[in-house]
Amino acid sequence: MEVFRPGDAHETEQVVAWAAAERKPLEILGGGSKRALGRPSRTEHTLDLSALCGIVDYDSSELVLTARAATTMTEIEDQLVAHHQMLAFEPPDWREVLGTSGAQTLGGILACNLSGPRRVRAGAARDHFLGFAAVNGWGDGWKAGGKVVKNVTGYDMCKLQAGAFGTLSVMTEVTVRVLPRPETACTLILQSLSDEDAVAAMAAALNSPHEVSAAAHLPVVLVARSGIAELAGAATTALRLEGPRPSVDFRADVLGRLLGEALRLGPADTERFWTGVGAVQPFVDQHSAGKSDRALWRVCPPPSAAPALVRRVQAGLGSAEAFYDWGGALVWLSVEAGTDCGAPLIRAAVAQSGGHATLIRAPERVRMTVPVFEPLSGALDALTRRVKASFDPLGILNPGRMQEGV
Amino acid sequence: MLQMPMPDRAVLARRAEIVAALRRIVPGEGVIDTELERRVYESDGLTAYRTLPMVVVLPENTEQIVHILRYCSANGVKVVPRGAGTSLSGGALPLADGVLLGLGKFMRILEIDVPNRCVVVQPGVTNLGITHAVQDQGFYYAPDPSSQIACTIGGNVAENSGGVHCLKYGLTTNNVIGIEMVTMDGEIVRLGGKHLDSAGYDLLGVMVGSEGLLGIVTEVTVRILPKPPGARALLLGFPTIEGAGNAVAAIIGAGIIPGGMEMMDRLAVEAAEAFAHAGYPMDAEALLIVELDGCEAEVDHLVQAVEAIAAEHGATTCRTSRNEEERLLFWAGRKSAFPAVGRLSPDYYCMDGTIPRKRLGEVLARMKQMEGRYGLRVANVFHAGDGNLHPLILYDANNPGELERAEEFGNDILRLCVEVGGVLTGEHGVGVEKRDLMGTMFNEADLDQQQRLKCAFDPDSLLNPGKVFPQLCKCAELGRVHVHAGQVRFPDLPRF
Repeated sequence: MEVFRPGDAHETEQVVAWAAAERKPLEILGGGSKRALGRPSRTEHTLDLSALCGIVDYDSSELVLTARAATTMTEIEDQLVAHHQMLAFEPPDWREVLGTSGAQTLGGILACNLSGPRRVRAGAARDHFLGFAAVNGWGDGWKAGGKVVKNVTGYDMCKLQAGAFGTLSVMTEVTVRVLPRPETACTLILQSLSDEDAVAAMAAALNSPHEVSAAAHLPVVLVARSGIAELAGAATTALRLEGPRPSVDFRADVLGRLLGEALRLGPADTERFWTGVGAVQPFVDQHSAGKSDRALWRVCPPPSAAPALVRRVQAGLGSAEAFYDWGGALVWLSVEAGTDCGAPLIRAAVAQSGGHATLIRAPERVRMTVPVFEPLSGALDALTRRVKASFDPLGILNPGRMQEGV
Repeated sequence: MLQMPMPDRAVLARRAEIVAALRRIVPGEGVIDTELERRVYESDGLTAYRTLPMVVVLPENTEQIVHILRYCSANGVKVVPRGAGTSLSGGALPLADGVLLGLGKFMRILEIDVPNRCVVVQPGVTNLGITHAVQDQGFYYAPDPSSQIACTIGGNVAENSGGVHCLKYGLTTNNVIGIEMVTMDGEIVRLGGKHLDSAGYDLLGVMVGSEGLLGIVTEVTVRILPKPPGARALLLGFPTIEGAGNAVAAIIGAGIIPGGMEMMDRLAVEAAEAFAHAGYPMDAEALLIVELDGCEAEVDHLVQAVEAIAAEHGATTCRTSRNEEERLLFWAGRKSAFPAVGRLSPDYYCMDGTIPRKRLGEVLARMKQMEGRYGLRVANVFHAGDGNLHPLILYDANNPGELERAEEFGNDILRLCVEVGGVLTGEHGVGVEKRDLMGTMFNEADLDQQQRLKCAFDPDSLLNPGKVFPQLCKCAELGRVHVHAGQVRFPDLPRF
């Protein structure tokens, strides 16, 4: 068991080239905050990228930031806040819900394609990922994309790297698009809606011209865990509006009248509420140390199919709890872990609704046996394996993190 | 001129047999065999390049495409996909020994799903056709390439098309959430759908912008957006390019992302004004059109902010549209800039590099020097918000050697874009046009990795070969494992 900690891209290439020659698979690690995500690593050695850190170039008026892959999100956020900018995909912090510590890194966020509540309006991490330098499974350094916001030169490899969980190449440097931080924000609260009515209201809001930047629904049992005391006691459907103050005020009033607003959260509570939604706060307690008898699923169905999916799961697994983000396009499901975390039932429900499900938090023994990511079949499975082999034919980089043999 | 791969004589010799086989798959008029009718397909929007395709096939359904690709795979026949043929980079340039696969019959809008904020269409539906189908319900499809009346969504997927609104609303890749495609070996694969994000690798993301090299797209699911309640445009004239560039940086620095922000230089302004009579200021060295959209409260607020910024940066003209008619008039000149420039000169060659915006002044100054060297003029149209530059090189193809000079000039401009930290193409694609310049931006290892990905989709390199990459793909060589145990020294690195 060795941990390699290269100091630069060249040393990273050397480590991977050695591992490839010796056929020794590597676990790829940034800050380690998402180590519990995916299928458990069974590699002998670890490639620790934490020394590849620091912002390389940040020019706020160009809307572009380049950083070494393991630059911490704290450092990135500090710089962005100082320039009134942000990563528009609102990277969430899953450390509490995963029960991990360690710093979140920009490379890690991109490798997992993690996006927060604003994803429904601004797109996912992948949509803001402009370019990178990386090391493939042979140990060859290569790059793709660019350092400008608009570029179609060559295949869009950023999309492929985002969400590949380090199984295709080891990123050493990344470039992302940044955007201005909204001047202000508020959250409209609708109360006591059923799941069906809530998803319909969120669709109406997102389909209105009022530029809703986040839409979530918490059933009454979970509202108490939202961190906002005044919401307690009623199912909560929350709609965020952001922008210049006169615009936010105007839109909030119109939309509030249209949908029957019960309460309105100001900027500070808005920040707290949506950070909590991104961090899966309502399910953190159940997953903290010592209470790991529950498992957490992240399901992405077509939004209008979400309530029926939840009902189906709850009919089969009595203790299942759920809340909705992205207007219903993201459903967080907490179920009893048991032997299989309810996988057969949840996979069947997803097969009916469309979309996909990922087992985010589960005991290691379950993640060894139950597919963590949506199983692929037929031509798509074969294509996925060929794509993996085109980057890492020897299976050196995070092998099996997503699928057996990938 | 750039060279295409030599046609395969063995395939050409079997032409009659191939045509007959395609006729068995696509009956009736769907297989086009006569030279006269094939002529229609000999080029796309990059008209300097022409090749008569071996045969044209226009399938009507996915099953026929499956059978065409299976046949071509089994028989080593190359395939070039084509939408409306509006590519400006030669992406749909036929091959003399290839089947041109036209998707023009895939014209149906399959589903409008408002609750899930998406529309499912066949790839031959035009870009504007999607907006037309949903505008009654208050929606639109955001990417708006200037060919949107003609170009198809399938072609947009292949090229990852942009448009003037993409700074705020994204390119095609940010607005497509699902596709059905057929791989070269005839397998149907569905990627994405009405849901968000990918279950496994984001193969949808890599299909968008793959220029027809990875698969044939047979169905597309796009997200639709509610139409902004209002928009106003500002016309800002500046005495210098630098002044306009600084104003752009200041607008973005103030936290404003306009719906559109376009810059034109003096020559482009003169041409556009003569063509469209939009009321552009003729004394300005640079013209900015800034469009702000949203609710009235927001638009008013932002208009004031932009007006103040323009004044601070020395704008000599500042006009704000008072009504929808005037807003459209402001845009009329910009939207007709290409044909307008076409009246200044018998031919023009449209480039498409992206640069970091702060290098704009320097890039334009060096382009001026090149004008002298090549003896050709350039009019500049610029997506100012995202740094995407469209220099239009004026030339006359009837003068011997002038096309070649224009091409060499264009290549120099693109090399300059890369040199200052930019890229070869912002939205038109590499195609054949910029193929041989790929080496200025990417080294061998970068290109090898791209080619390996191609091999995962199309191991025999039958799909649109000769495009994007300067060298034809040799999958067997690229896939070879070239490291063996004991050959690499145990790395001398910090270990713990």
